[in-house]
Amino acid sequence: MSALVALFARELKLAARARTEWLMPPLFFVIVVTLFGFGVRPNDPQLAAFAPAILWVGALLAALLSLERLYRSDQEDGTLEQLLVSPTSLTFAVFIKSLAHWLLSGLPLVLLAAPLAAMLGFPSALLTPLVVGLALGTPCLSFIGGFVAALTVGLPRGGALLPVLVLPLIVPVVIFGAGAVRASGQGLDASAPLYFLAAILMFTLTVLPWLAAAALRNAFE
Amino acid sequence: MNWTWFHRLASPPSFFRFAERFAPWFGGLGLLLLLVAWYGGLVLAPADYQQKDAFRIIYVHVPAAAVSLSLYIAMAVCGAITLIWRMKLAECVLVAIAPVGASFTALALLTGMLWGKPMWGAYWVWDARLTAELVLLFLYLGVVGLNGAFDDPRTAARACGLLAIVGAVNVPIVHYSVVWWNSLHQGSTILKFGKPNISASMAWPLYAGLLGTYLWCGYAVLRRAQNELLLRERGTRWVREMGTELAGTADVC
Repeated sequence: MSALVALFARELKLAARARTEWLMPPLFFVIVVTLFGFGVRPNDPQLAAFAPAILWVGALLAALLSLERLYRSDQEDGTLEQLLVSPTSLTFAVFIKSLAHWLLSGLPLVLLAAPLAAMLGFPSALLTPLVVGLALGTPCLSFIGGFVAALTVGLPRGGALLPVLVLPLIVPVVIFGAGAVRASGQGLDASAPLYFLAAILMFTLTVLPWLAAAALRNAFE
Repeated sequence: MNWTWFHRLASPPSFFRFAERFAPWFGGLGLLLLLVAWYGGLVLAPADYQQKDAFRIIYVHVPAAAVSLSLYIAMAVCGAITLIWRMKLAECVLVAIAPVGASFTALALLTGMLWGKPMWGAYWVWDARLTAELVLLFLYLGVVGLNGAFDDPRTAARACGLLAIVGAVNVPIVHYSVVWWNSLHQGSTILKFGKPNISASMAWPLYAGLLGTYLWCGYAVLRRAQNELLLRERGTRWVREMGTELAGTADVC
């Protein structure tokens, strides 16, 4: 247990010392959303209609940016091998790594979503399903992405492969996340898609660290 | 019941011989059935009262779509066997299935689009069945890409197995999408309980086409698995022995 706490503290400490690394995804998110604003004619009301899709896709792409680094730097300096041979459960170590990833590159995106939504002219009444959806959906990406990052760790051409493998697996999250906002916009109850998101999150939290640990062991055999 | 034949199949040389003997049957019978099905479907079957001749695309579309799902299940099962029992043969079959499955998924999507234009007025609609099938194509291509990225084929196959298992959650979504959501895609016509919603004169070429496509897939997977096996075992004695054996019997070389 204390090893896991130490691992978590290490992740945060490393992030605190390499600030550019975790500041880049939020910045990327802001720039992508702004580019959509530049892409349409000024003050186009259509932008508000597409805001859920823009914010969801932007957030997922931004969180994807830092996924490749999740195991890559640990693999380069040998930490990953130490984790593999240590008596600590690799499944829990993977869980901690993915959790730290979400805290550093998922949570800032959730917090940024509300001001960015306001920039897109998004009605503030729909903010709750959007932010709750993102809060449930971004950890899914960290855990699914953590699994794929474990699959592709150590591959020379892993960088381009990672997003291609992650994005099809993340489709249900986008459907239910953007669906919650849409349902709310039509005056319907948004809780059903949000519960679906929560179910997906529970599934990814419980199953994927285990599979990611298997993938890491496979990569080091 | 005696299971030795089954266990023997797991050894690469016996599988190779098994495939060598049965693959031509799979391919020949499959091709024959497909020709019969296409003749029956395109010429003999009556035109639909509503869709006229456009409905005939089902003789390609339905078998391709059914096979795309079945092959994915087979691939995920091979993935599980690869991870649990580390069977070399399952690795080869897994790697062999991915491109075949991707092709049939693409075929199902393409034929569906060609049919969709005259019937729905659009090549593509963002509908549950169509989108899930598209995601299936991405999953197949992901397995192909992941397999190609590794240097060691055994590590590659196990990584692909893990990915195939995670992606398998999509299979029930594709199959039940027409039931769970209000889909523009029609519900199942033949694969259901009770009397099929299709007249016998239209149905028999479809059944022949389904069986033919499955056999043809079996042929393609067996041949690909054989190639994969030869490539991986190229240094072993049985491959060299088989090489000299085949060289002795062949007329050429």
